[in-house]
Amino acid sequence: MITHEDMADMIREASLSVFSMMLGLEFEAGRPFVEEDPPGPSEGVLALIGLAGTWAGSGTFSCSAEMARRISSSLLMTEYESINDEVLDAIGEVTNMILGNVKTALEEKLGPMGLSIPTVVYGRNFTTRSMAKTSWTVVPFRLDGDTLHVHLCLAPSREAKRVSSAGEHGRAFLTLMQ
Amino acid sequence: MPLDVLIVDDSAAIRKILHRVLVQADVPLGHVYEAGDGVEALARLKEFRVGLILSDINMPNMDGLQLLGALKAQEETKSVPVIMVTTEGGSTKVMEAVNLGAAGYVRKPFTAEQIKEKLAGIL
Repeated sequence: MITHEDMADMIREASLSVFSMMLGLEFEAGRPFVEEDPPGPSEGVLALIGLAGTWAGSGTFSCSAEMARRISSSLLMTEYESINDEVLDAIGEVTNMILGNVKTALEEKLGPMGLSIPTVVYGRNFTTRSMAKTSWTVVPFRLDGDTLHVHLCLAPSREAKRVSSAGEHGRAFLTLMQ
Repeated sequence: MPLDVLIVDDSAAIRKILHRVLVQADVPLGHVYEAGDGVEALARLKEFRVGLILSDINMPNMDGLQLLGALKAQEETKSVPVIMVTTEGGSTKVMEAVNLGAAGYVRKPFTAEQIKEKLAGIL
């Protein structure tokens, strides 16, 4: 069984650890919230990773272009004036580290999971859509007036629901949807 | 004697960071080679020999555990120490890496100090 609060705690702990150890930046974690619509800033950088196991879903990391350059500069100790391949690669890796550690925490409750290779998008006026009908757990992080968001959307996979329709996974799904 | 190292990770950012950490760790470095996945790593190891390999696990084409298995199955590479540097922190993956012959395991995110400590125990 897993709740939005559990997922928010995992995201907060993993993100702050990555920001502090790899970037040397002290972000402030904001209040987590639940979003019914899929994530997608109208502009900036968005990295997406898929998770699969008895529960499956997606995680995203989204921020402004300016924040993406700042994060990449801190990670690679190089100043970036614009968004280039190195910046997109750095954001993909930061996302991989955050959601990889979230995955490890999730595995203690949900069993083994797989993690996809990150996909990173940069642009303006783009929107994203998910086929999932599950709400998203969102945790904002602030630094010097700019905010980035980590989103996580997770639900029992079809196989797990079939096996345990009257069991714990079924109850957990209802908890998640409340 | 200078140590030649192969860094295997699909992220150029992590390859760059690990290279920097090796320099900071005062390792007597020779050549530092890079590969983006296990297939590329095996191809590079046909061209040259190294004394240490740092490898990610989650990579396209051939992941780090498959690479580790292939390295330990080859006479020329089976004695080269391999340190896994990865976000995979689950006990199953760690045990799999240890059973395959990994010399060390470092979880991302990492500090330069953690990498240095791991190297000190191996080199």
